Amino acid sequence: MKVSGFPVLGAVLLASTAFAHAETLTIATVNNSDMIIMQKLSPAFEQATGHKLNWVVLEENVLRQRVTTDIATEGGQFDIITIGAYETPIWGAAEWLTPVDDLGDAYDYDDILEPVKNGLSYEGKLFAVPFYAESSFTFYRKDLFEAKGLTMPEQPTYDDILAAAKAIHDPASNTYGICLRGKPGWGENMAYVSTLVNTFGGKWFDMEWNTTINTPEWKQALTLYLDLLNNYGPPGAASNGHNENRALFASGNCGIWIDATSAAGYIFNPNESKVADTTAFAKAPIAAVDKGAGWAWAWALGIPASSQKADAAKQFLAWATSKEYVEMVGESEGWVSVPPGTRKSTYANPKYTEAAPFADTVLAAILAADPADATKDEVPYTGVQFVAIPEFQGIGTQVGQTVAAALTGQMSVDQALQTMQSATERTMKQAGYPK
Amino acid sequence: MNPKLVRKLALTVLAWSVAGIMFFPVAWMLVTAFKTEIDAVTPSLVFSPTFENFVVVDQRADYFKFAMNSVVIAFGSTILALALAVPAAYAMAFYPGRFTKDILLWMLSTKMLPAVGVLVPMYLIFRNTGLLDTRTGLIIVHTLVNLPIIVWMCYSFFKDIPNEILEAGRMDGARPREQLFYLLLPLTLPGIGSTALLAIILSWNEAFWSLNLSAANAAPLTAFIASFSSPEGLFWAKLSAASTMAVAPILIFGWLTQRQLVRGLTFGAVK
Repeated sequence: MKVSGFPVLGAVLLASTAFAHAETLTIATVNNSDMIIMQKLSPAFEQATGHKLNWVVLEENVLRQRVTTDIATEGGQFDIITIGAYETPIWGAAEWLTPVDDLGDAYDYDDILEPVKNGLSYEGKLFAVPFYAESSFTFYRKDLFEAKGLTMPEQPTYDDILAAAKAIHDPASNTYGICLRGKPGWGENMAYVSTLVNTFGGKWFDMEWNTTINTPEWKQALTLYLDLLNNYGPPGAASNGHNENRALFASGNCGIWIDATSAAGYIFNPNESKVADTTAFAKAPIAAVDKGAGWAWAWALGIPASSQKADAAKQFLAWATSKEYVEMVGESEGWVSVPPGTRKSTYANPKYTEAAPFADTVLAAILAADPADATKDEVPYTGVQFVAIPEFQGIGTQVGQTVAAALTGQMSVDQALQTMQSATERTMKQAGYPK
Repeated sequence: MNPKLVRKLALTVLAWSVAGIMFFPVAWMLVTAFKTEIDAVTPSLVFSPTFENFVVVDQRADYFKFAMNSVVIAFGSTILALALAVPAAYAMAFYPGRFTKDILLWMLSTKMLPAVGVLVPMYLIFRNTGLLDTRTGLIIVHTLVNLPIIVWMCYSFFKDIPNEILEAGRMDGARPREQLFYLLLPLTLPGIGSTALLAIILSWNEAFWSLNLSAANAAPLTAFIASFSSPEGLFWAKLSAASTMAVAPILIFGWLTQRQLVRGLTFGAVK
């Protein structure tokens, strides 16, 4: 067989060009299982391109502070950063990030789920590519439901949840009706409480940016939240965040758990969970309206505007968020471990849907969680479980602390609402929002 | 029973209880490091020990690199801080001026400012001088952070030395440098030694600046620990294993130098 000299030469040239521009890229990321897999598989990228990767792995809040300092001062320490759905539009607007809508012809943008793409864009420009995405939904114990003769509808309402939690609750045998986030923080209890407020028809702000916390909708939501956790929840619920509840549910102590879809793979893994066989999934419960009941979150990869190596960084982004990468994880780590929630092709792949029976419910939840349309009334902000403005981290954390105080009985619902309303009003006024 | 014996017994029980309470978190960390993640979240002492966490931690991060950075930064900053603090304390102890007391107090007052308050200016200075993510940069910042305490400690040790000894030296023609090296330092060596040990320990455990001013190259063990905490997923066992690996060198170092440390810290306390 005769081999033409040109393609071989071309390949060699291409390779040598790639190696001539070999860069050392510094990546800041979080210590989540999907990111750990990415780090593990990255030597394949280094071999293919000649670039070298330096990893900086930090806890989420430390990472946020560290990366914010660096980007705001143009420190240029990081070439690729792991960034959440909350910061991406804000940092995009501040021109802290390099737009990433030019990752090459081979990169299939149309395959990325639309709501996830919307959450990572600002004024139509994509500022980070999703690595994995999640919404929230209902985990429940089939065995406990059957024992009480209960059935979980595909789309439960909060009345259904309350009745089921009441029936299942049996503290004497360490089985609690429901586990929900109680630990204060904008990304902890407020992520859940915000979705509860949405589905009761409430909102954070009206079109004039007036604070709307001291309203009947918030009161209904908060009253139900306290009723559920105080009467049918585990003891000390105010110190339970995502991780604590995950451990409680996995150890068989909760009847119902409403939390991140990304935990489904873990709960379904018999090595890590005692309830892998007995857990089933339903949509996030709804109350007055069926909007904004499940949250929308994504961990994405972005490139700081201060990076001098944007071209090489884009190569990495294209590799780590591609269809081929998903395939690679599926083959080497098992299909249940592939990064969920970002690509249509993942959900169209029978290997994944077979390995992950919750896939369809997760996909439906993510498609239903639209950050641009999560409330009954029109609002001036985007975000389902957060408000995508820089002030929200502070506001959300403060409000979260007041909710936790109400949960531990330090104040009544009315007092809590009043406190949250005035604190938020004050912050917003100082920031110059209300028109 | 002999009231003296009762008192002694009560004091012994009290001392052991206090020591037990102080050591409990460390002991719990050690135990947790050998549990599985699911066992780690259920507070029980009955479990089958595993080394898996250490294996995972070792696979995921280059422990040796972080540890080397910690060693270089801790020892480097201690040497630099002592080189600055000893002459400063010498001058203030034996040649006090009108403002010496004020200067000492002012130095200590810099410790009262929350570090995050000066993060942005420090970050900018480091960026402009190319010190971000370098060991040199962290040595400088740890020196500055520990300097007030080291000056204070050296000052108090020097103050305990009677001026007459130095005067006698001067009578024999010793110049200030010779007084410092041949008289003062040999006399206060236990104190200086324990100051150095304390500075090493403080630098080893310093987290705020180490995390914020380092990235991939100069990150010490405090950054190594921070990389094993996670808001999503169980991490207590791996975090405990990483923490055990991070504190082990300094703990062993502390044990080896314990006698020196106690002797130095109580130096001059009884006259």
